[in-house]
Amino acid sequence: MFTKPPSRGEPAIEFRGAGYRTPGNKIILDKLSLDVQRGETLVLLGRSGSGKTTALKLVNRLLEPASGAVRVEGRSTLDWDPIALRRRIGYVIQDAGLFPHFTVERNVALVPRLAGWEPERTAARVRELLHLVGLDAAEFGRRYPHQLSGGQRQRVGVARALAADPPFLLMDEPFGALDPLTRAEIQEEFRALQARLAKTIVFVTHDVREALRLGTRVALLDAGRLVGVYSPPEFLRATEPVAAAYVAALRMCEEPGSPRQGGER
Amino acid sequence: MSLWQFFLANRSEILQLTIEHVWLVGIAMLLAVLIGIPLGILVTRRPWLDKPILGAANIAQTIPSLALFGFLLEVPWLGARADRLAIVALTLYALLPIIRNTAAGISGVDPAVREAARGMGMTPGQILRQVELPLALSVILAGVRVATVWTVGIATIAAAVGAGGLGEFIFRGLSMVDNHLILAGAIPAALMALAADFLLGALERRLRYAP
Repeated sequence: MFTKPPSRGEPAIEFRGAGYRTPGNKIILDKLSLDVQRGETLVLLGRSGSGKTTALKLVNRLLEPASGAVRVEGRSTLDWDPIALRRRIGYVIQDAGLFPHFTVERNVALVPRLAGWEPERTAARVRELLHLVGLDAAEFGRRYPHQLSGGQRQRVGVARALAADPPFLLMDEPFGALDPLTRAEIQEEFRALQARLAKTIVFVTHDVREALRLGTRVALLDAGRLVGVYSPPEFLRATEPVAAAYVAALRMCEEPGSPRQGGER
Repeated sequence: MSLWQFFLANRSEILQLTIEHVWLVGIAMLLAVLIGIPLGILVTRRPWLDKPILGAANIAQTIPSLALFGFLLEVPWLGARADRLAIVALTLYALLPIIRNTAAGISGVDPAVREAARGMGMTPGQILRQVELPLALSVILAGVRVATVWTVGIATIAAAVGAGGLGEFIFRGLSMVDNHLILAGAIPAALMALAADFLLGALERRLRYAP
């Protein structure tokens, strides 16, 4: 049912000097060039206002680049039909953005229904996905989002994004609103899920620990500019001042030992 | 003769005028909903239309109702038939709360929900029908409810231009200084307003998505 892990080759998503500015001409994102490989989880890390969410929204064309281009599967987002593009890209946002007037089932079934799947196929897919994200369909399927905990809502949000089995996932601080224990739990599950599904994921966070735990690579953004792209071990050794500041902040709240092991649970 | 006896003696005329009243209000509200909700949606889609549309609806509302009926008498096609004129005037009065609440209800939808809908690849039409309108429904209905209650009251003035309705009793009672006649118009109209308020309020609560 899931797409096979695709072979490495041309990057799945390419930022080519992509810039974005506000109507008031303030530069939000400055000539971002970056490749996202198939099957990897690229984390965009940065503080608020660094342009990371803007970069994410350029991928599914919620925003359009003012300069340069963003290519998905080799084609500029501007050459895609935006609806078709977005249906190929799962989207998860903070606090899930679930539809409050839809049950859990209907929320998850959204994209399959839009794509005109048979009702039986959709229903089976919904059960499968709820199971995948650790929710019992019989117990939770008929509930409304306000009847769920934050962690459960976020799981439903992930299930909804995966529903039509899109090859890409965009995640904008998806676990940001969760308490630390739930967040650690759901991060672990997400890692396991990602190992199984091998989606191409762009993941936005301001949490350096989350970035290092979930990312194949970490792209560090600061004030609209790309500071660098690092693997998690490289990031920890980075001498670049912004990266080093993140690592120092991380170390400050770690117990002695490697940050990859310390203080997770 | 007690009021009760008066009502019994005139029940067929009261019923007749009540039916006329319901008809005037019903048609006017139907038109107001059919015009007001699309205009409310339009206002959220084209923000520059906000001021002109709401401004025009506001002006219609500030014209004293008796004067509005009088003005409309001069309009060629409208002035030809009293009920037509009354329905147009009542529709104009009912528009403002419906437009305003439709726009407010849609603007009040959580931006995260709207953005999730866009990000999921919903078309603007799908977002409107499946997300924005359902979530705005109880606010829109509240506007319809307010408009209906007003319209029931204002429709009594339709009798001044000969459009019938319960206002007949009131105007007749005023000219004859007969309280029974006035009450024969006012009481059914008040009950009608209360009933509309109650029924639309119940509908509003029923259709609200979350308890």
